[in-house]
Amino acid sequence: MKSLLAILSVVLVILAIWYVAAVPMNIAGSLTQAERGGMEVNPPGAAERRDISGWVLAANNPQAIPLTWAEKRPVLPAPHQVAVELWETTVLKKVTSKRSLVYHAWVTLSATLLGFAIGTGLGIVLAVGIVHSKVMDMSVMPWAIVSQTIPIIALAPMIIVVLYSIGVQGIIPKAVISAYLSFFPVVVGMVKGLRSPDRMQTDLMHTYNASKTSTFWKLRLPSSLPYLFASLKVGIAASLVGAIVGELPTGARAGLGARLLAGSYYGQTVQIWSALFAAAILASVLVGIVSMTERNVLRKMGLAR
Amino acid sequence: MILVAAALVIWALGWGLNLTLARDGVAETRAAQIGVPVIFGITLLLMWELIVRGLNVPGVILPPPSAVAAAFAKNGHILWQDFVQTILKGALSGYIIGCAAGFVAGIFAARSDFLRRGLLPVGNFAAALPIVGTAPILVMWFGFDWQSKAAVVTVMVFFPMLVNTVAGLAEPTAMQRDLMHTYAAGGWQSLRKLDLPAAMPFVFNGLKISTTLALIGAIVAEFFGSPTVGMGFRISTSVGQLALDMVWAEIVVAALAGSAFFGLVALVEKWVTFWHPSQRG
Repeated sequence: MKSLLAILSVVLVILAIWYVAAVPMNIAGSLTQAERGGMEVNPPGAAERRDISGWVLAANNPQAIPLTWAEKRPVLPAPHQVAVELWETTVLKKVTSKRSLVYHAWVTLSATLLGFAIGTGLGIVLAVGIVHSKVMDMSVMPWAIVSQTIPIIALAPMIIVVLYSIGVQGIIPKAVISAYLSFFPVVVGMVKGLRSPDRMQTDLMHTYNASKTSTFWKLRLPSSLPYLFASLKVGIAASLVGAIVGELPTGARAGLGARLLAGSYYGQTVQIWSALFAAAILASVLVGIVSMTERNVLRKMGLAR
Repeated sequence: MILVAAALVIWALGWGLNLTLARDGVAETRAAQIGVPVIFGITLLLMWELIVRGLNVPGVILPPPSAVAAAFAKNGHILWQDFVQTILKGALSGYIIGCAAGFVAGIFAARSDFLRRGLLPVGNFAAALPIVGTAPILVMWFGFDWQSKAAVVTVMVFFPMLVNTVAGLAEPTAMQRDLMHTYAAGGWQSLRKLDLPAAMPFVFNGLKISTTLALIGAIVAEFFGSPTVGMGFRISTSVGQLALDMVWAEIVVAALAGSAFFGLVALVEKWVTFWHPSQRG
């Protein structure tokens, strides 16, 4: 309860800063429009105002301040403009419409989920191999760790174009990018998890004369789950970023990344912000689902902390 | 076909060599620890080269490593300019500003229980968001040059840094705080002598996460608009011209820069947090 109050007040402060910041950033544009509409503006003439800072303009023209929160193409849209745009493009538009954010979010989400599934599956398989084969551990693991420090997302444009030139397009190229972004965190986390049983536990399995397979299924796999879920949370967020970035280089027509790109081409700031918030909401929902699964699974298995 | 067969032979040889190196007794030596991954990497490169040549894969799909190396050597000047523009100007300045801001904000947030309760969930939430998406907005605000890239990087690294600093400053136990109290240490003294040193492992964790984020931010932001120099710009234009050897050369630069950056931070970490169990190994 106390935390909720604290969170709410932090959010309120952020919103307040946002509204205040929108005034100096948008005021020049608002004044130009207001002057055209016949409003008394100080100083008159857009050229006169060019070198005056936003704060001074706002102080000289307090009557124009409300206008800065209602512009059509503001430099910084006010929070309620973004909220209205989000509402209009999700609830009021038909889902099949090209202008519906739900449609675009689904395009991105489907690539994210497919890629995440592929990346996680391959990551788990490789981790099992690494844990059971010393030579694989020694040869692959250092590269998996190093690969976390390099911006592999730089490969994204090339993957899209190369796959396109050999005839693969649509959801697959984006899913490939999502897959390799979620792949390495899962490998590293899963290897750590499969190694987490301590000496005492493996010795116990040994005294039971357990085979390598049953040690894996009954001890290693269950105890790796907390580590796996931690990686999955990182992985799904990375997958979403991968799918969004994967939509940029080819100028894709659908998807949240395409909305961002189109918005930046045409100066539709409200559209950019609403796509950004849609991506943020999507990310938090995905991470939330993984966390909820984590809590339920770990509780059922008696691993909850 | 001969080349493909040669690739398979090389794979078998490399794997066999690694198998002998990974035996008990040998595997623990330092030479084997370094040798095995290096041999594995070289094997992969040789196979890549031989298979691409053997199957006549066109260069617009996958250039062989030798072509990438040639492009790297031939365009050294361009690659250096891109490196300066994207890494030194964009990523590094944003990294320094963002990490410093996150660190200072973290110190302030940790001093008040109310702020910590409020900021931590918001910070954690923000750290998981696709912040790269702010790139088009920031490019619009700060122009096409490196300033907008630095701004994207600043926003990207701020929250991981904030969250880690706050988590680190919560590290000292009540016992340790009481000890500082019995020494009659003031707020500033106990911050400097107890809280900050104790927070360092977490702070460096944030700094290390941020190195990768900084490069990602700087490169991806260039996809939304940049001057005619920079790694992201070069990658997207070279992809358009199907000059994939150049793209791979840029990726090599990105990989080298990323691991060097990370290694540098890890080195400083080793020097600063020498007392921590994970460093004493």
